[in-house]
Amino acid sequence: MQSRYTFGGDEHLFVECSDEMSLDAFFKSLSMAKGVRDSAIRGVTEICPANASFQIKFDPDIIRPDDILKEVKAIEGAAEKAEPILKTRIVEIPVFYNDPWTHETLMRFRERHQDPGGTDLDYAARINDFPSVNDFVTAHSGSPWFVSMVGFVAGLPFMYQMVERQRQIEVPKYLRPRTDTPRLTVGHGGCFGCIYSVRGAGGYQMFGITPMPIFDPTQTTSYLRDFMVFFRPGDIVKFKPIDREGYDQAVEDVDKGVFTPPIREVTFDLRAFQKDIAGTNASLEGMLNGH
Amino acid sequence: MAIKVLHHGLSTTVQDLGRPGYFHLGIPIGGAMDRLAMRAANMLVGNDEGAAGLEAVFMGPKLEFVRDALVAVTGADMPAKVDGAVQPGWTAFPVKAGQTLSFDFLKSGARIYIAVSGGINVPEALGSRSTYPIGALGGFKGRAIAIGDELPLGAAPSGVAGTTVPQALRRAPGNPAELRVLPGLYWDRLTDEAKESFFADAWKVAPEADRMGYRFRGGRKLSFVDRTQPFGAGSDPSNIVDSCYPYGSIQVPGGTEPIILHRDAVSGGGYFMLGTVISADMDLIGQLQPHTPAHFIKVTMEEALLARAERTKLLAVIRQSLS
Repeated sequence: MQSRYTFGGDEHLFVECSDEMSLDAFFKSLSMAKGVRDSAIRGVTEICPANASFQIKFDPDIIRPDDILKEVKAIEGAAEKAEPILKTRIVEIPVFYNDPWTHETLMRFRERHQDPGGTDLDYAARINDFPSVNDFVTAHSGSPWFVSMVGFVAGLPFMYQMVERQRQIEVPKYLRPRTDTPRLTVGHGGCFGCIYSVRGAGGYQMFGITPMPIFDPTQTTSYLRDFMVFFRPGDIVKFKPIDREGYDQAVEDVDKGVFTPPIREVTFDLRAFQKDIAGTNASLEGMLNGH
Repeated sequence: MAIKVLHHGLSTTVQDLGRPGYFHLGIPIGGAMDRLAMRAANMLVGNDEGAAGLEAVFMGPKLEFVRDALVAVTGADMPAKVDGAVQPGWTAFPVKAGQTLSFDFLKSGARIYIAVSGGINVPEALGSRSTYPIGALGGFKGRAIAIGDELPLGAAPSGVAGTTVPQALRRAPGNPAELRVLPGLYWDRLTDEAKESFFADAWKVAPEADRMGYRFRGGRKLSFVDRTQPFGAGSDPSNIVDSCYPYGSIQVPGGTEPIILHRDAVSGGGYFMLGTVISADMDLIGQLQPHTPAHFIKVTMEEALLARAERTKLLAVIRQSLS
């Protein structure tokens, strides 16, 4: 996998590890971004990892573009040789699928959708060859996801499901973007899942909602007191379907400051995963459940 | 409390020089769209160049001062008035406690920068006072100012009324505006024909132009080199696997309307980008009104760095002229 280097004006170096999405490309971009951070190249002001690429913002008054290019290229070799092992955490995120709020929103923007006759869940289930919405939800919540990028707007995670490529859920975005999306909507576009961290415009299909805030600029949510953004690239997410009662309870717990998302520290080995996807995912889920 | 907001204008926000360091979490740098104008306004009233001021777009606010202060308004040509008396632009003038600062109509440009001695002293959020409304972060309660707000001021430094930035040093875009672009990123997705037409065509600023991005219309539709879309990229030829977006990068969804991302940029997404407006010209974009004709000028990295050095020099000359 040979990276492609290109400049975004005189202040950004953009590195595309692969033009297609894969866990290998994601690991390489994460590893190179970490390598750049660790090497503390002078003049670097921001390092932004993305799904299969990353971007460095630099101050050309401190380091010339040609020089930063040389330094980053030198890191690529080491990143490729690095063991694809990631110390990270797995988080369980409750999701109320087919909830009334995203349902109301998707009905409001039906004329912008590929299939105005059904819901986003109906559509996604059908075009991904699931016999029913229930089967689709089982697949969506059955295997974990990697947070492969945090961004678009504050704290929004892009997630890539940890399954074989032929099992990846793929859906197009809305024909025209909506002007409204409920905060904490669980969505999907292309091969990426997401959670809308704030209310606003959006083009992803909407499947449900989580009661768990993931961005809190006031830092009053109990688990966001240290930092206002919950997700980090490399986090592993497992969705847990909940019903209305579970949703209401969780919202109440968040308000009372007693909601604690289940989180476990884990070590993820990409090679072991690729040898045994089902086994690795089962063992991740086991750790989440305290086994 | 030192300034009462009698009217907020169209959209007036507290801004400084931005909040670097959080783009990897989707929180953009923000800050004044026209950095040079913001810095100059602060210099004029004796503030640190990075002090927080107000950025008002198309229409000025109406502010009642509760404390004596020195004020300077830079950027767009929109005459300031103190109790109705017109004040010169790019020049420090005094406002006494009880007086009202208001504005005449916009004559040219798009955004004014109002610096007040002492700076707008809202609390810092992640190291900056800039307003990021989408994230309800920073500025005055995370939003644009509104009627009835009371803005706090910091301790006033010593500035001198009448201090002015010479006319020749006030930078503004031409008409048509010329924005210099370094091709790159996903430039090679375009056909040779599109690579040429993008720079040859006359564009106009579209009504959808704000702190997140500026949209342009009027040029020919861009065509893409045929390919099988990579896995995860989406089906439209203008789609890519979602990546980061540089500040100033130009995306063209569907090949039709270029969008230049600005200070409050979304940090990433799934549209190809053909290149990036050079750092020296980012300030100019903040002064473009909708319907302004614009041309994109192709430059090399060497030319981009030269332009950057010229802008740095201009700032140094302004600094020197005021010291």
